[in-house]
Amino acid sequence: MNRASIVADVRKAFGERITEVDEAALEPFIRCEPATWPELARFLKDRCGLDMLVCLSGIDRGKGVGLEAVYNVERCDAQRAGIAVKIRVPYEDAVIPSVETVWRTADWHEREAWDLLGIRFAGHHNLVRILCAEDWEGHPLRKDYKSPDRYHGIKNNVV
Amino acid sequence: MSETLDQELMLGTESPLQDNILITQVDKLINWTRRSSVWPMTFGLACCAIEMMATGASTYDIDRFGSGPFRATPRQADLMIVAGTVSHKMAPRVKRLFDQMPEPKFVLAMGACTVSGGPYIKHGYHVLKGVDRIVPVDVYVPGCPPRPEALLEGLFRIQEKMERERLFDRTRVGARPKILVE
Ligand code: SF4
Repeated sequence: MNRASIVADVRKAFGERITEVDEAALEPFIRCEPATWPELARFLKDRCGLDMLVCLSGIDRGKGVGLEAVYNVERCDAQRAGIAVKIRVPYEDAVIPSVETVWRTADWHEREAWDLLGIRFAGHHNLVRILCAEDWEGHPLRKDYKSPDRYHGIKNNVV
Repeated sequence: MSETLDQELMLGTESPLQDNILITQVDKLINWTRRSSVWPMTFGLACCAIEMMATGASTYDIDRFGSGPFRATPRQADLMIVAGTVSHKMAPRVKRLFDQMPEPKFVLAMGACTVSGGPYIKHGYHVLKGVDRIVPVDVYVPGCPPRPEALLEGLFRIQEKMERERLFDRTRVGARPKILVE
């Protein structure tokens, strides 16, 4: 099974619910709404055999666009056919259903995206910070983030 | 030498010490032993730790100066080489390890990160801007990372400081650096 047939399968099964497909891009991707995601994830894993979540990236696309999560999924065989799935959410309502039960890798990756960008993954069993200290405030990789002047009384912004 | 002392020291008749008397100041003796076996704590936080390992390896061989045994516990260490980026999350742990070391203890800040925040000084929201904000630093070794020679030079500075220690001056007035409070 190669990428073209994966895309064809997904298109056939989901139709209009796949909002964008770009196979010419450097990293070919499909796009969907958050509501479609749990079903699509199951489909990709069980029907297309994409059994490895290689990477989950969070991106701040800036004002007017919002936050984005990119999932790179691959097949664990010699051909390593794979696809990226992109999901975009507005700042005010940055919620994406969790897929940690589909791919176990998603557990820590979702925590990281929550920690650094503030994307909430609904249904995650333990959505707490993973890199920053537990009592850190804000999400550091957001474009409008200001680092704290002091942390526990220690001066932080020195220049 | 009297016979009893000879026996106490278990010196045979052939010993070269037999006809000699060794005199030294207790201070000097203790400082000499101390500076000849500065045991650092195993403490690598980031890229600088690689250079610290190189310093321990055969080319630079820190063992020549008595600092080969990197201890895995603060209780057995005299010197804390903070090698690497200290994040705000790590800072309390560094402080606790320092507190667990027995006196006299020394801190060597290795690399730009521990000296001042280094490459992270402006945009490193999570990086402690200099480890001297949490523990008193005796010697700063700048560089990103410092070469092993520089680290050895830092060790010699620590040894010089140790030689100035006085046995009954528990407070070590003037010797102990201050924590930076801003
Ligand atoms: S000073 Fe440079 S080499 Fe050392 S820990 Fe910092 S970034 Fe790494």
